[in-house]
Amino acid sequence: MIARQKPQHQAVSTLENRKRLNLAFLLFPGTLWLLLFFLIPLLIVVLYSFFERGTYGGVLWEFTLEHYQRLQNDVYWELLARSVGLALLTTAICLLMGYPMAFFIATRDTRWRNTLLLLIIIPFWTNFLVRTYAWIILLRQEGVINVVLQQLNLIDEPLNLVFTPFAVIIGLIYGYLPFMILPLYATIERFNFALVEAAQDLGASDIKTFFRIVLPLTKRGIIAGSLLVFIPAVGAFITPDILGGAKGLMIGNVIQDQFLRARNTPFGSVLSILMMAVILVPVWFYFRVAEDE
Amino acid sequence: MKPKADSTIRSLGRYALWIITILGLLFLYLPIIVLVIYSFNDSRTNAVWRGFTLKWYESLLAGFNVGSEEIGSEIIWQAFSNSMIVGIISTLLATIMGTAIAIALERFRFRGRSLLEGILFLPIIIPDITMGVALLVFFSLIFQLIETLTGAYLVFGLPTIIIGHVAFNISFVAVTVRGRIAELDPSIEEAALDLGANEWRVFWRITFPLIFPAVLSGALLAFTLSLDDFVITFFTSGVGSTTLPLFVYGLVKKPVPPTINAISTLMLLASLLLVLGSMTLQNQDNRQ
Repeated sequence: MIARQKPQHQAVSTLENRKRLNLAFLLFPGTLWLLLFFLIPLLIVVLYSFFERGTYGGVLWEFTLEHYQRLQNDVYWELLARSVGLALLTTAICLLMGYPMAFFIATRDTRWRNTLLLLIIIPFWTNFLVRTYAWIILLRQEGVINVVLQQLNLIDEPLNLVFTPFAVIIGLIYGYLPFMILPLYATIERFNFALVEAAQDLGASDIKTFFRIVLPLTKRGIIAGSLLVFIPAVGAFITPDILGGAKGLMIGNVIQDQFLRARNTPFGSVLSILMMAVILVPVWFYFRVAEDE
Repeated sequence: MKPKADSTIRSLGRYALWIITILGLLFLYLPIIVLVIYSFNDSRTNAVWRGFTLKWYESLLAGFNVGSEEIGSEIIWQAFSNSMIVGIISTLLATIMGTAIAIALERFRFRGRSLLEGILFLPIIIPDITMGVALLVFFSLIFQLIETLTGAYLVFGLPTIIIGHVAFNISFVAVTVRGRIAELDPSIEEAALDLGANEWRVFWRITFPLIFPAVLSGALLAFTLSLDDFVITFFTSGVGSTTLPLFVYGLVKKPVPPTINAISTLMLLASLLLVLGSMTLQNQDNRQ
């Protein structure tokens, strides 16, 4: 027995080694790529925010806090408030539109459900820039909406729709609505509707059943969907750039401007960090909630 | 009294669900439909329907004018082929690395596993612009270092774009493929290993055929996201590496003829084919 145990032990450890080698082989390329071309670049952004501004978008290697001190200017807090405000409004409207839509889809029979889901998913796969541009055709002065409204004699003068914050909100809702519907659908679909019957057998009204049973039990989908809309909306760049009038409507535009036009890399980095901070708060909150459950 | 009030509310609610869903779908599709219709409209201003034409599609081949600037068809072809090169290479790389990570996460227990899971989610949730500026700063610094050390002068171009696209696509592929591996019974692979097949053989003979539909739909998603990407490409591109979205973006801000509608319609058609392909794959996968 003793004589046999030794080689067996060795066999196990070579198996372990092989396993470790396989694991390294699987993990190494992807992890290295993410480290080199994702994490390190983010760290450099953080690092750059503490250095003096150099020429041609570079930095001088002298430590400074002056770029953070620039945040004392209210302009940047207003910018942040405006971006977060637009993103929150977008999230709220997406939730109000998306919840009934997700509920409707989840309560159809399978064939209908798949067709409707496909209709929600298609816009997610189609080119974001092209879809955003399409709104210009609808909203501009001689665009579809103004022409239709004028021909119906509802308005005399064309309305100023495009290149306004209104157009940006429309564009953001349009761009991110599927992100709200899909997680909501996933939770509502798993919801046990026997609970509704149980509540009503016990005498609860429809409205009460919805707010006391259905809504709390689909909370996860609501939170996930809201995050998936809020995060890209805060950092939106294309939508305010194409549909917004004023330069610097949202923080994404100002960041782009700092890096590419003003060539102030350190201050652009400060603004990126500020934006990340705003986004990480709800994400952190989400993971706290998810852990509690 | 109460049941009656309740049933009124219920039927109201039912109608409301129908109406909101129809309006919501209309909202999602109206801009796309209008764009497609106007790509066939025989009018420069887009405003009213003036009859069917294919001339905007023909102008893609013949070239067109934006103000006084002449845009030849070779510029469009260049953008198209750049998009294809970036899409194909970045999809291949991201699919290989993403699938490998997915297998490692599902089949192995190792230190730092949950950390890796967290890092993998970051490129998905982080706004594109953050990733774009980070890559811009990173490559500028690296190129500067290389120039001081070796004297070689590197510039932004297709390779930098591809590197950026791979960086965000690894995550999307890994998440897509991982779901499928989680459903696989590991005992099949273990049985093959016990029978003396080596890991490489087990992977190609057993695991890969089983996860292939998921790998392919992950690859299609990566390809679509790569073709779709504007922001990260915008920050990592250089002279001569204009992709289709960059080209369209350059046109959006100018007084352009409806040629832009024609390009956009073709791009929509391409994404439609890709999504239908991916859906078909997933359905086949579910039926098996």
